[in-house]
Amino acid sequence: MPEGAAPILDVSDLKTVFTTRSGEIHAVNAVSFDLAPGELLGVVGESGSGKSVTMMSLIGLLPSPPAEIRGGRAMFDGRDMLAMTQDELREIRGSRIGFVFQDPMTSLNPVFTVGFQLMEPLRVHMNMNKAQARARAVELLELVGIPDAAARLNNYPHQFSGGMRQRVMIAIALACDPQILIADEPTTALDVTIQAQILELVRELRQKLGMAIIWITHDLGVIAGIADRVMVMYGGQVVEQAPVKELFRNPLHPYTRALLETLPGFVGDRAQRLRTIEGQPPSLRAQPTSCPFRARCRHAFERCARENPPMRRDAGGHHVACFWEPDS
Amino acid sequence: MLNFTIRRLLFTIPTLLFISFVIFFILDAAPSDPTGNLPLTIPPDVREKIRESLGLDQPMIIRYLLWCKQFFVNEPLNLLAQWGINIGDPDRLRVISFQTRSPVVDLIAQRMPQTLWVVGMSYVVGVLIALPIGIISAVKQYSWFDQMGTFISMIGFSVPTFFTGVLMIVIFSVWLGWFPSIYDTTLVVDSWRTLGLQIRQMAMPVFVLALFNAAQISRFMRASMLDNLNQDYVRTARAKGLRERTVLLVHVLRNSLIPVITVIALGVPQVFGGAIITEQVFKVNGLGQLLIIAIQGGDIPTVQTLTFIFAVLIVLFNLIADILYGILDPRIRYD
Repeated sequence: MPEGAAPILDVSDLKTVFTTRSGEIHAVNAVSFDLAPGELLGVVGESGSGKSVTMMSLIGLLPSPPAEIRGGRAMFDGRDMLAMTQDELREIRGSRIGFVFQDPMTSLNPVFTVGFQLMEPLRVHMNMNKAQARARAVELLELVGIPDAAARLNNYPHQFSGGMRQRVMIAIALACDPQILIADEPTTALDVTIQAQILELVRELRQKLGMAIIWITHDLGVIAGIADRVMVMYGGQVVEQAPVKELFRNPLHPYTRALLETLPGFVGDRAQRLRTIEGQPPSLRAQPTSCPFRARCRHAFERCARENPPMRRDAGGHHVACFWEPDS
Repeated sequence: MLNFTIRRLLFTIPTLLFISFVIFFILDAAPSDPTGNLPLTIPPDVREKIRESLGLDQPMIIRYLLWCKQFFVNEPLNLLAQWGINIGDPDRLRVISFQTRSPVVDLIAQRMPQTLWVVGMSYVVGVLIALPIGIISAVKQYSWFDQMGTFISMIGFSVPTFFTGVLMIVIFSVWLGWFPSIYDTTLVVDSWRTLGLQIRQMAMPVFVLALFNAAQISRFMRASMLDNLNQDYVRTARAKGLRERTVLLVHVLRNSLIPVITVIALGVPQVFGGAIITEQVFKVNGLGQLLIIAIQGGDIPTVQTLTFIFAVLIVLFNLIADILYGILDPRIRYD
């Protein structure tokens, strides 16, 4: 990532709260990050850490109620997306920010042809007529590597395999040449060989099209392979952020370290048992007043219970929210 | 699809023959007597003669086979003869009603228009109001509109039509005098005035039945919409930047209608069956009323024929529902 380039997306202090019958859930707490043009930002964290909710909050995809965005700014192209009306957001969705979701088996509408679903954003956002949209749809399917594209436009989603459906989803997301592609665990529901194909496809598309990508996953292996920069989330907060090599070489947050230890190693002696992270993720019933990871942290001390550690940053672009110094 | 349809149609033949036999058997086992309504002064031996003249002295199986011949052979031939195609001897025995001594099929042809107008219209009206109510209730779940819809559906569902019907008569015929309480079949619609009269006499039975139908279908529609609203593909549609209207009325509705249309198709035979109770309440002399009178009079040929025609319709609309399902849902293939 070229340091100092103006970010295309600059999120600061985002707070999202769900109101449920049993009280409020603070799913996203003061999350800040930015995304440079053409950069691939990996977002990792366990289930419920707020990865998806953060991204969905940005472009108004969370149903409200129960979700409510309590604060923050999300500057995209000089405008605050959180202050936009639903109509303004809708114009951005699908045209300038594309989305790929986790489960390709259910993310496509079963009763419409793939062609219809692929042409929809083209007709809505780019005002194409049917013939133009069709021509572009064929191009897109070819771009994502679906053979015999023209004929397959008339097929229904159930006539595609899981990997092919995810390619269709990617084609839909890329239909209007977005500046940002948000991929929410796009390979989680696929088996490993298909996963590798999709990763290869994304790498290739990124080179061709040059859009920025936010890649949400809980698979650190995937992140190591494709990301430029990594953001680690825990309990609705960003706990660490660093360029990918730096993060894997020198993880600073105890949670990141613990996460890396849960992976089996490929070199050296194999440990008897894989390490796990003991305990449960925090309940998010109130705004955090202490470190959310403290209960499961090996290095927690008294200060961690008193205040929520603020983000510290060093010169190399490595940010961490922790009081503990690994070297001490 | 064509193969499937033909296969299913062929399969209906033994099904319907079996149904017709079961109906005949049950009617024969029932202790009804066509002479039961005659004056008590008629001596038993005369009654026996009457029964003999109706063919009731024959064994059940013979009577069943004769009915089959009359219904499956003579009636269709007679129908063809009416269109000018004469096959065989024109003087063949048709299915004759015990009570009126006129052919049952002619009776049905006389009764059909009233039933189709009143009951059929109520079904159409019921569906037309149920679909939007179901859709809005689901989209605005737990809003006051949804709560009202739920409440009215509960009433329509749980209060029987013989109660709502009589209530309407008391309010709108007796107190307000807006609508007639008796349906006049002899009314000929040939001017604006008579059309107005026809609409007024249809209003109450149609409303009562439509409320009942709409209550069921709107609940189905609502549940089906709610099922689909939380699906992943809806989120995809929103993420594509489609208008909320498009998301709901194209993506969600198209999926939600699949089970609802099946339910609507399966309900159509009930229209032909006539709403027996409502027809009684409003004195609409439709098919339902014909059936009731025939049952009371022990008129076996009429009951048998009517019930069998209902069975045919039910089997037929089951098939139609299956075919519609295959057309609406591309995942379903019958070949």
